[in-house]
Amino acid sequence: MKQLESVNDFVVRFATVNGSGSASANNLFAKAVFRMGVPVSPKNIFPSNIQGLPTWYEVRVNERGHVGRRGDVDMVVAINGQTMRQDYDGLVPGGYFVYDSSRPLPEDFRRDDVTAIGVPLTTICNEAFDNVRMRPLLKNIIYVGALAALLDMEFEVLADSLRKQFRKNPALAEPNIRALELGFSYARDHHAGACKLTVRRSDRVGDAVMMDGNSATALGAIFAGATVVGWYPITPSTSIIEAFGRFAEQFRTEDNTGRLKAAIVQAEDELAAIGIVIGASWNGARAFTATSGPGISLMSEFLGLAYFAEIPAVLIDVQRAGPSTGMPTRTQQSDLLTCAYASHGDTKHPLLFPCDPRECFEMTADAFDLAERLQTPVIVMSDLDLGMNDHYGPPLAWDENRQYDRGKVLNAAQLDALAARWGRYRDTDGDGICSRTYPGTHPDKGVYFTRGTSRDEYSAYSEDGDTYVRNMERLRLKWETVKRLLPLARIKMTNAEARLGVVFYGSTTPAAYEAIELLHRRGIAVNSMRIRAFPFQQEVLDFVLAHELVFVIEQNRDGQMRTLLINEGSLPAARLVPIASYDGLPVASRFLTRALEEALAERGVILPKTAPDQGGTR
Amino acid sequence: MTFFRPAFRHPELPPNAAGYLRQDYEGGISTLCAGCGHDSICNAIVQACFELALPPHRIVKMSGIGCSSKSPAYFLGKSHGFNSVHGRMPSIATGANMANRDLIYLGVSGDGDTASIGMGQFIHAVRRNLDMLYIVMNNGCYGLTKGQYSATADKGSKGKKGGVNELESIDLCELAIQLGAGFVARSFSGDKQQLVPLIKAGLSHRGMSFIDVISPCVTFNNNPESTKSYHWVREHSEATNTFDLVPFRRPITAEYADETVQEVVLHDNSVIHLHKHRDAPDITDRRQAIDNLEDHKAQGVILTGVLYANPDSADTHDILHTCERPLNSLTEADLCPGSPVLEAINAAHR
Repeated sequence: MKQLESVNDFVVRFATVNGSGSASANNLFAKAVFRMGVPVSPKNIFPSNIQGLPTWYEVRVNERGHVGRRGDVDMVVAINGQTMRQDYDGLVPGGYFVYDSSRPLPEDFRRDDVTAIGVPLTTICNEAFDNVRMRPLLKNIIYVGALAALLDMEFEVLADSLRKQFRKNPALAEPNIRALELGFSYARDHHAGACKLTVRRSDRVGDAVMMDGNSATALGAIFAGATVVGWYPITPSTSIIEAFGRFAEQFRTEDNTGRLKAAIVQAEDELAAIGIVIGASWNGARAFTATSGPGISLMSEFLGLAYFAEIPAVLIDVQRAGPSTGMPTRTQQSDLLTCAYASHGDTKHPLLFPCDPRECFEMTADAFDLAERLQTPVIVMSDLDLGMNDHYGPPLAWDENRQYDRGKVLNAAQLDALAARWGRYRDTDGDGICSRTYPGTHPDKGVYFTRGTSRDEYSAYSEDGDTYVRNMERLRLKWETVKRLLPLARIKMTNAEARLGVVFYGSTTPAAYEAIELLHRRGIAVNSMRIRAFPFQQEVLDFVLAHELVFVIEQNRDGQMRTLLINEGSLPAARLVPIASYDGLPVASRFLTRALEEALAERGVILPKTAPDQGGTR
Repeated sequence: MTFFRPAFRHPELPPNAAGYLRQDYEGGISTLCAGCGHDSICNAIVQACFELALPPHRIVKMSGIGCSSKSPAYFLGKSHGFNSVHGRMPSIATGANMANRDLIYLGVSGDGDTASIGMGQFIHAVRRNLDMLYIVMNNGCYGLTKGQYSATADKGSKGKKGGVNELESIDLCELAIQLGAGFVARSFSGDKQQLVPLIKAGLSHRGMSFIDVISPCVTFNNNPESTKSYHWVREHSEATNTFDLVPFRRPITAEYADETVQEVVLHDNSVIHLHKHRDAPDITDRRQAIDNLEDHKAQGVILTGVLYANPDSADTHDILHTCERPLNSLTEADLCPGSPVLEAINAAHR
């Protein structure tokens, strides 16, 4: 048998049961790899319940910085009896199977292309620790210790992490470090040299951080000055609000009074959540909500009101697998169409597509400026993978001189200085955006009535067809202004002659770049475009028109971005080839590579064979 | 319905304490049916705001959808207004109030808008004890869609189309008392004497003030067999009490010989003086208030007046512990932690 052999390039999967405390042990492992200077990407694959169902935690270690999910598993730490068979069978040839050998491996576990490594976790744990309640947690730490020894990791890095974690409770640090030692020494004494996968200290990490997108999003809202939050709990968006609450306690407590410079209202449902946001934004506060697909469906009526009455609103959609309840704890990019056109009538909304936590931070902060400048809802399209998993990426950055753009809001002095009669829906600048006032600004100027019914330039109710059309045409003009203000796509023209293009967005980004790099290594010329916003600027359409074939990679079945491109850009459908990965797991680079190869082969482009990279993308 | 309103006002009409004339509180011309109870309520709102001398631009009027929800266009023309979507005024009002706690929020809704489609939003705004006056113009039917029964239509009541309502009715006041509103009252659009002071008290109370105003639909629900008709309500209502609202720092004048006077001091130091029979229930006691409602219902009598008052209840801002300054007045200096903080956060994620 040829064992897999690699340094800083492999995938290890922890198979555990949720509610058993394994998440923090697994995170300890991933963080230790990161602290040894090696790029790492953990993906938590968890069920929609609280306790007792299978959970996997997949960690990709990659020296070259490919931090998308790779696909395939080189090593399994099999702690969950329910899935042991599946975990064993799923290993790639040459892989490693680490299991709790307190009980013997079933007789039919007889693959001759897998190295089985037994560590008697339960026995070690029960012998060493009397506290029955702590045993399950410590058993998790024992397997992390064993794994560290098998992978030649630096014990002290892990021990340090534990000390940091239990800084406030040193009494807990002691048994945890002991458990780590027990696992480490057992594996070192019994399985020296058994595993040919290694983590070796490197200097690839630089100033990178490991952060989940939802925390970064919450920080974006804090830094951008959001003060009112209306929300309703829904996976996978809840942790945005929880993080916002923690940061608000930390950074938004009024010095002299201890009171909060924010109002976080847990609403009765998503309808009320977005209503609170719209009411607060209308009244001059920066407000936002976070939700997922089902919430978007419920918010649709209100989004139409905000579009038509021209009220700013910031909405974060952390997408999950639909339709309906779908797979609530699995990831997808399947809310594009529903968000782009949410609500009845001719309605459309700007969307932003962050690809990593840094962009979650920046785009959330930008969304407040955009929403207020454009007086319309702006939706940040995150997803479960981006939002809930820790991502290796560049640190967050904030320009100290940045001023909030509050848009066209008239104060009392400006109202007094107006020469002509003011009209809430009069476009005096020719950009489709009119000026608004906050309630209470002036004793007798700038008052208007906000409504979802049709009205004239002075906000007086009107059912006159010409008046209605005039208003709708102005909104169309505003849509053009939207395009000028949104972030541009990231276009990489590596080869001006290339006839092939690849388009992707959001959390697909790292896996897509990895697949593209592989195509380049095989001598296939491809250019790429990472879309960052909807509506599309001319550059986006030009990119598609400049290539004979453009592959559109998305994490949904129906090619929703492709539909938007065809629909909004009047682009030729035949030129846009859908590549879909929508099984609910973060898109894997190996899957993408195969899908691109097949799509190319179907069109007569045969890729030259290259030797597969050990552990890397093949 | 009136198509024309004379612009002439008597030149010597006195202004209120803040220097505003009554016309400063008026709005556009009503498009409701002639004789609609809602128009009387709009008038009572104008009168109450005038008498309280509230600066019109400090009032925010909000509504949902329906006949009643159209009415904010017919009063307080110098106030910002927000006519939102059906049944969702409470969430808009919540957001607006969170953004600026210094303004006065006046929500107007109907029985369809509140008791059916907006039931969830209504009861949760009540639970939050949102600082606002919430008026329901209650006619027991859907006017704009031509007379279907609403959820407040009484069981056994008969509308113009002749069918009997077989469903139990929802008592919004009882719900409001149960779920934490600090001030709950019921009135009748035809009783201006009672309604104006109730609105004034509701505007002075801090926290959720809820007033259910029975307001007959002259077009679809004013036949004699309807329990929401002018005739029925006049024949079958009884006031809990008579009362005066004494705004902050005004002399107390009321005196009634054979009754007791209960004082309720509101948050802004206004005082409600309730004149009632000696054995009448205590309106600051939630249980007695609900029993009182149910007792009268059992007798087929609609109880009006102040039903419940708890002037010390904590409003949403108290509960959320938000700062005294309006959130919409805070700037970058108040809100943005700055880049050194971000550097520290980055460091904690390495």
